[in-house]
Amino acid sequence: MMYDWLYNLTGSEILSMFVVSLLPLFVFILPFALFAVLMERKVSAHMQDRLGPMRVGYHGILQTIADIIKLLQKEDLVPTATDKTLFNFAPLLVFMGSYAAFAAIPFSGFFIGSKIDLGIIFIVGVTGLVVAGILMAGWASNNKYSLLGAMRAAAQIISYEIPTLLIILTVIMVTGTLSLYDLSEMQTPYFWNWLILGGPAIGLEKVLLIPFMIMGCLIIYTSTLAEVNRTPFDIPEAESELVSGYHTEYSGMKFAMFFLAEYANMFAVSAIVAVLFFGGYQSPFGYLGNTLNLPWLIPIEQFFWFTSKGLFFVFVQMWLRWTLPRFRVDQLMAFCWKYLIPFSFVILLLVGLITLI
Amino acid sequence: MALKTEEMVLNMGPQHPSTHGVLRLELQIDGEIIIDVIPHIGYLHRCFEKHAEAMTYPQIIPYTDRMDYLASMYNEFGYALAMERLMKIEVPERVEYIRVIMGELQRIASHLVALGTYGADIGAFTPFLFCFRDRERILHLFEITCGARLLYNYIWIGGLSHDLHPDFIRLTKEFIKDFRPNVKELNDLLSYNRIFIERTANVGVLPIDTAINYGVSGPNLRASGMKWDLRRDDPYSVYHKFDYEIPVGSGEKGKTGDCWDRYFIRVREMEESLKIIEQAIEQIPEGDVKSAIPKRVKPPEGQIYTRVENPRGELGYFIISDGSLNPSRVKVRAPSFVTMQIFPELCKGFMVADVVAILGSVDIVLGEIDR
Repeated sequence: MMYDWLYNLTGSEILSMFVVSLLPLFVFILPFALFAVLMERKVSAHMQDRLGPMRVGYHGILQTIADIIKLLQKEDLVPTATDKTLFNFAPLLVFMGSYAAFAAIPFSGFFIGSKIDLGIIFIVGVTGLVVAGILMAGWASNNKYSLLGAMRAAAQIISYEIPTLLIILTVIMVTGTLSLYDLSEMQTPYFWNWLILGGPAIGLEKVLLIPFMIMGCLIIYTSTLAEVNRTPFDIPEAESELVSGYHTEYSGMKFAMFFLAEYANMFAVSAIVAVLFFGGYQSPFGYLGNTLNLPWLIPIEQFFWFTSKGLFFVFVQMWLRWTLPRFRVDQLMAFCWKYLIPFSFVILLLVGLITLI
Repeated sequence: MALKTEEMVLNMGPQHPSTHGVLRLELQIDGEIIIDVIPHIGYLHRCFEKHAEAMTYPQIIPYTDRMDYLASMYNEFGYALAMERLMKIEVPERVEYIRVIMGELQRIASHLVALGTYGADIGAFTPFLFCFRDRERILHLFEITCGARLLYNYIWIGGLSHDLHPDFIRLTKEFIKDFRPNVKELNDLLSYNRIFIERTANVGVLPIDTAINYGVSGPNLRASGMKWDLRRDDPYSVYHKFDYEIPVGSGEKGKTGDCWDRYFIRVREMEESLKIIEQAIEQIPEGDVKSAIPKRVKPPEGQIYTRVENPRGELGYFIISDGSLNPSRVKVRAPSFVTMQIFPELCKGFMVADVVAILGSVDIVLGEIDR
């Protein structure tokens, strides 16, 4: 959409591709990360009877910008005993993994990086780079805490990808498409068409689907939480045990890369949940643009709805983080293999039967 | 083909977020399983005992503050008590009541730090700040009384440095009224949280006979099921006048003496301390808090061992006097030091994450271990 429009406007394939691929970074990821860090600090502060940052700007709204400037000014420290190539490359890889996922995320019907048919599989695959990056960081740091954190992270992320994929498979069975754009379009602009309420199916099938979809939604939300290493599954970082896990040795801008990737990832997984179960960019009550007959308003509304849904799930992630304690590494694995995966299989089978009806 | 594995030595601390001070633990681990733990102490050693020999008796009080810096009031309490017994000073009733109130407030403050940091160790950060919010009120009470928030030099030999502030009783009553719902809030948020129970129940179980053999005291001993509290079993000051329970661990969520029991015993002790404070501020008599303070502290030749129930257990002072202005020897029996010895026993066979959970649950203060 965006690409075609730009191509028609400029006539240059490379330029339009360049702009489309950079847009999510500058239009969305960086401002989002700035905003989300502040949001995290404010949300946690108000949950804990504090005020949070108050000094820089009105109620501290410029705090994260000041932090970024501080991080930029820091010396780019590489400890002597590290494997320098891997050490320098790891943050890039982690960031690449989470950034590339944004290529397929449909912010609106108009603003979508790439409308690939395998969108959801692309996202799951490309975020797999994050694991490689984390392992690389842990290994290259030559620090025992980093190594332990990286091992935990690899085990955890790979395990939790299984229930995620099983639930995605369930959704695919119901909808018959892998493209995130088609998935969003399918859940037309009223909330009873959202997949969590059975999607566009009708009659008995819809009623039967609803409980499985709600369970599936809970499972996928839980396992994506684990994939982005948020509390209660933040054991790779586990501040109280492993100092800060795989990024213990990182400072300055390289640390900021990990940080940025974490927040970008938080939004990416929230976006997946939103697309799969909550109608993606579709409005829950129909569009103002349609009633007022202003077609240019619709993409803006869609963008608004999409970011609101994403931010809501990011908020829930923060809420959980500041409420729950952390699992132990074996309990975490047991939770995945003993509960989430069997349940996902059951859901997969039963939904398969339902769709056969 | 069997996979070849190697044991790793992981050095935890002295700079580590959850070793509660400057403790260094040498962990021998096989993957994440603990094979052995060797604690290395002494990073905070300040020669208190040797230092004390060069001081006059009242000069030692500020140094006792710095031992268990989360329970300074109680350290002073114990020292003053020992000196009064050595010199046979009769202390006015009002002084005793104020000491008990201060001591119990200090116990609540100390337990709040223990519980809050324990939550943070397990990964829940919010209870930490909730606990510190309440502790702040207690520190304010101390501040209006003696001007200091952490190291008070308030309880003197034979008396107190200041009488109570006129607002003290009112503020304490308000604190008690506000604090009871906060304990419930803490229970809802942390104590009965499913993940928290999973992490702490059946972890680091301390059997009662091991506890007794090692000489563990205080909440850690009571959590193992032994009803032993010096306030009741070796009464000092005016504790015999109050009505309160001594909570013991019951293994409610797992085995008796596990981390959850050790955690929850502190929550219940805070409630009992509130009862004591309530009764004490009702009964407190009038009087002069400075009337019994000796002009010159010169105890007769002799020796004394006095023990008190500090928030962490049995705090004992052994003082030898040679009849001069300086003590010949001051030996402290520090409860945390004794607790530290059982730590390797508790950890074996558990995981790295459990070391943090166990260390938090035994609640040590390094200032007291190293002195």
